[in-house]
Amino acid sequence: MGQRIILAKLGLDGHDRGLKVVARMLRDAGFEVIYLGLRQTAESIVAAAEQEDADAIGLSMHNGGHLTLAARMVDAVKAAGLDIPVIVGGIVPEIDVAKMHALGVATILGPGTSAEDLVTAVRGAIDAA
Amino acid sequence: MRGATAPPAVLLEHARGGDRRALGRLLSMVESGGAAADEVASLAHPLAGNAFVVGMTGAPGAGKSTLSGWLTAALGEDGRRVAVLAIDPTSPLSGGAILGDRIRMDGVVSDQVFIRSMATRGHHGGLSLAAPGMLRVFDAAGIDVVVVETVGVGQVEIEVASAADTTVVVVTPGWGDAIQANKAGLLELADVFVVNKADRPGASDARRDLEYMLDLGPAAHDPSRWRAPIVSTTATDGTGIEELAAAIEGHRSWMTEHGELERRRVHRLRDEVRSHAMALFADATDERLASAEGVALLDEVTRRRLTPAAAARTLLRTN
Repeated sequence: MGQRIILAKLGLDGHDRGLKVVARMLRDAGFEVIYLGLRQTAESIVAAAEQEDADAIGLSMHNGGHLTLAARMVDAVKAAGLDIPVIVGGIVPEIDVAKMHALGVATILGPGTSAEDLVTAVRGAIDAA
Repeated sequence: MRGATAPPAVLLEHARGGDRRALGRLLSMVESGGAAADEVASLAHPLAGNAFVVGMTGAPGAGKSTLSGWLTAALGEDGRRVAVLAIDPTSPLSGGAILGDRIRMDGVVSDQVFIRSMATRGHHGGLSLAAPGMLRVFDAAGIDVVVVETVGVGQVEIEVASAADTTVVVVTPGWGDAIQANKAGLLELADVFVVNKADRPGASDARRDLEYMLDLGPAAHDPSRWRAPIVSTTATDGTGIEELAAAIEGHRSWMTEHGELERRRVHRLRDEVRSHAMALFADATDERLASAEGVALLDEVTRRRLTPAAAARTLLRTN
């Protein structure tokens, strides 16, 4: 059965082209993608994840706020008692990768990630959660 | 993978108390089918039968999701609990899907509304196979009104009419003319029509063509029958939503007064029994076809000594 993943952009960040491409890649790999799009909050994403019984949350970040936003997202997921991975794609400087993992982000995918690597990483994160 | 979840009986108790995660899990159990789905159904069925189900259908891009979003507010005004079941198509190639109805409801729907997206998973007809079972779970969880939004449909996907109490068909300017309007199919089953994007050119033509169609229909000369009202809306700014909600409530009252609501619900349950029976029948047929008798009969058909229809009758002992 298709795994279900929420895709969203958190906060003020209008660059959704990448997220749309990712949605298509995951669709073509057999995922059911619940697309929330722009200007979501950690709370709106958690609410959707509960209602949709999602297996993972995928966030796209291009505004430099990744450390703040990822922390907020991971905290909201934990506070709700959800045991699903938070996956981040987009622009995360190398220096912040370890910090993002320490915050509890399961996987970070940068520019140029192939569809194959994306799917492997998402499946891996879901299986490990 | 996620850890074990509570048994269905516990989840249902929590869902009835307003626990969204529990309701989300129950819906997944029903959607996945099998023994868990059967267990959920047997728990939910005795508790169900109270929710009012509104079906929203129409062509892709007509505005079904946005209108559904607005409707949740208009239909939930007196504190009724409202949910949306939004269906989008599964890819026939990959089995995946992009479920993109929630973004249309963003900012319109209150966070009290429970929205569930669902893929068709290979089912044709506008809904998904598990949709009736999921409606039952919403009902049992104490939801008062469920808006079911079909995939974008054409002319013949009429399944929603047998799953909903009130069927709303959404058209847009330029969707067709008087001949289109009189073709058989989906339009005949509308209880309420919406001409959405009413701010665009051609909206009054669309409305007129629907009126002409209704003038030729069974309600034109028989006041005891329901004549579908036509409501003009602009979903982008919410124009006409109050009228749409009033039309839906009007149909509900009419059905209650005329015994139609009860008739539809009995008919719906009969349909459900029938479709389960057909599925069992198909399994039994496959089993018999694979048996020694089935193989022998098929051989007779291949040798042209027996027609396929005669073989089927023998196989199912109906001769």
